[in-house]
Amino acid sequence: MTAAISVRNLRKVYPGSPEVVALADASIDIEDNEFFTLLGPSGCGKTTLLRMIAGFEHPTSGTLTMHGKDLANLPPYQRPVNTVFQSYALFPHMTVAQNIGFGLEMLGKPKAEIKQTVGEMMELVKMSQMADRQTGQISGGQQQRVALARALAPRPRVLLLDEPLSALDFKLRKDMQLELKRLQMETGITFIFVTHDQEEALTMSDRIAVMSAGTIRQIGGPRDIYDHPAERFVADFIGDTNFVPAEVAASKGTDADVTLSSGKVIAARMPEGEAMQGKVTLAVRPEHASICPEAEALLPGTLSEIVYFGTDTHYHVALDDGTGFVVRRQNRPDEISGFSTGDRIGVQFAPGVGQVLRD
Amino acid sequence: MADTSLPANATEKRAARVRWLLLAPALLVLLFAASGPLLITLVYSMLTPGDYGGVIWQPSADAWFNVVLQRDIFDDTLSWSDAHLSIFWRSVKLSLMTTVGCIIFGFPTAYFIATRPKKQRDLWMLLIIIPFWTNILIRTFAVVELIRNEGTINTVLMWSGIIDAPIQMLFTEFSILVGMIYVYLPLMVLPLYASMERLDFSLVEAGYDLYATRMKVLRRIILPLVKPGVVAGSILVFVPSLGAYVTPRVMGGGNQLMIGNLIELQFGQGRNWPLGAALSITLLAIVMVALMVYVRTAGSEEPKHG
Repeated sequence: MTAAISVRNLRKVYPGSPEVVALADASIDIEDNEFFTLLGPSGCGKTTLLRMIAGFEHPTSGTLTMHGKDLANLPPYQRPVNTVFQSYALFPHMTVAQNIGFGLEMLGKPKAEIKQTVGEMMELVKMSQMADRQTGQISGGQQQRVALARALAPRPRVLLLDEPLSALDFKLRKDMQLELKRLQMETGITFIFVTHDQEEALTMSDRIAVMSAGTIRQIGGPRDIYDHPAERFVADFIGDTNFVPAEVAASKGTDADVTLSSGKVIAARMPEGEAMQGKVTLAVRPEHASICPEAEALLPGTLSEIVYFGTDTHYHVALDDGTGFVVRRQNRPDEISGFSTGDRIGVQFAPGVGQVLRD
Repeated sequence: MADTSLPANATEKRAARVRWLLLAPALLVLLFAASGPLLITLVYSMLTPGDYGGVIWQPSADAWFNVVLQRDIFDDTLSWSDAHLSIFWRSVKLSLMTTVGCIIFGFPTAYFIATRPKKQRDLWMLLIIIPFWTNILIRTFAVVELIRNEGTINTVLMWSGIIDAPIQMLFTEFSILVGMIYVYLPLMVLPLYASMERLDFSLVEAGYDLYATRMKVLRRIILPLVKPGVVAGSILVFVPSLGAYVTPRVMGGGNQLMIGNLIELQFGQGRNWPLGAALSITLLAIVMVALMVYVRTAGSEEPKHG
């Protein structure tokens, strides 16, 4: 089966002095019915990639195909792709219903069919009561739903979403995340979602491509990306991470044994296709480690700070090798750690938890 | 520093006087610059013309009669004044064509400028505005130079062998039209640009994204959104076109009169001030009726921005 969207060595360079490389050799295959997220900080090229799929930007080089069909020479209005814009871009001179029906109208669908589909779409996004409102008379969250309905109405093969939730407040954003996931399941349309919010990406996506500086750093499922970041940027950008200096003692495939600064040896994971030697950096998530008495420690140190967060507590440990380490521990009413600031303490984590990072 | 010792109604009277005093400059301007002259014009239009210009203070409806009617010099029968009616018709027709012409040339120009990077826009606007600052006679003669029989266009066409004899373009309605479009184009580009600059171009992208072709995006999205600019530009072009005097005089060569020229004739060689005054009021009425019709039809489809 060919991929819904296949991106091969796609490159976008904006001329000027100096020229700006917005996207450097990106390659991705996005499958049918997938909720695929492009995640990265602003300026990483994720929006450029999305706009090229939509047809608003032309690639400098590389190929872009949809179900095996080349998209390069198709203008946006001939691509079976619709976009939900960051600013929603609702037509201010049309009502909610006219906005949602616009795409169908442009496709030349019969009036009865447009009316029916618009009705269904308004049902789907729970906006049926608002059909005749002007777009300026509805709230941000409602505008968001209309933008979504408008993009879904022509039944595109692929729906592109350009940071559609960034303008909503926290509570509404949470609701819309679930709503988007539901819509994607119900419609079976491929969603390509652009965001800089790692939590949003982890919650909704089937797969995530983490991008920075115009390059795709890692592609994988949310769990995969979170538990096994392949490189320092990914580990740092997604969630909180401890970077632990280590040295490779032995490695075979993705399994490796590493020696920590304390001299202890523990099993860790090697990034796929890498066989690194010598000094490396190990990523360990704060919640994957635990604190323990000094005697049982993988890494000994001094407890420098205890920060209480309600659901959990962060223990900041100043390790003897001079680096810092944070352990996150979920708070339970029946458990107390029994340590206090200034105590000699140790950090532990299970074999296979540490991830060796690519340079 | 309200004087509390004064009775309440005296303080009030004083406040009223101050209010009038503050309003005075505006009222004076309205009186002497707007309604006053208009009133004089109206009164003059109902008097008898003096032999050497001016008016004789003797009420007469002749001037108003002569606006659209004429009395046969032999048998005194009344008939429509063909000369005047054809001038009115030419004025309205040329003004409408000028307005449409300005939209046709001004719209792409304004769109082009509005879609340039921000830094370049001012430069392009300057190029539009510089001719606007130039004296209207100089601009008009520049067009004359282009289209007269020995002018640039005819010379080039004859030199290249496309034509054998010069094309008569000057002193025709066509030349008036060309001149007026050229002269009034900035008045169309400025308001159009102002409304296009505010246009959210993500709406244009949204249109393309939703399967609208270029023409449909233009008609269904861009045009409705920049309509206020089109309306404003059309009024700014149409009104002065209707009363245009210099351009039709220079480009029309005196045999293609417009209302402005006809009015000037009455106050000059015609020595018929009442008729000139009546024609002026007629012009005003035509403008007002045209604007009312235009604003009503254009306004009925005006988008209701929430």
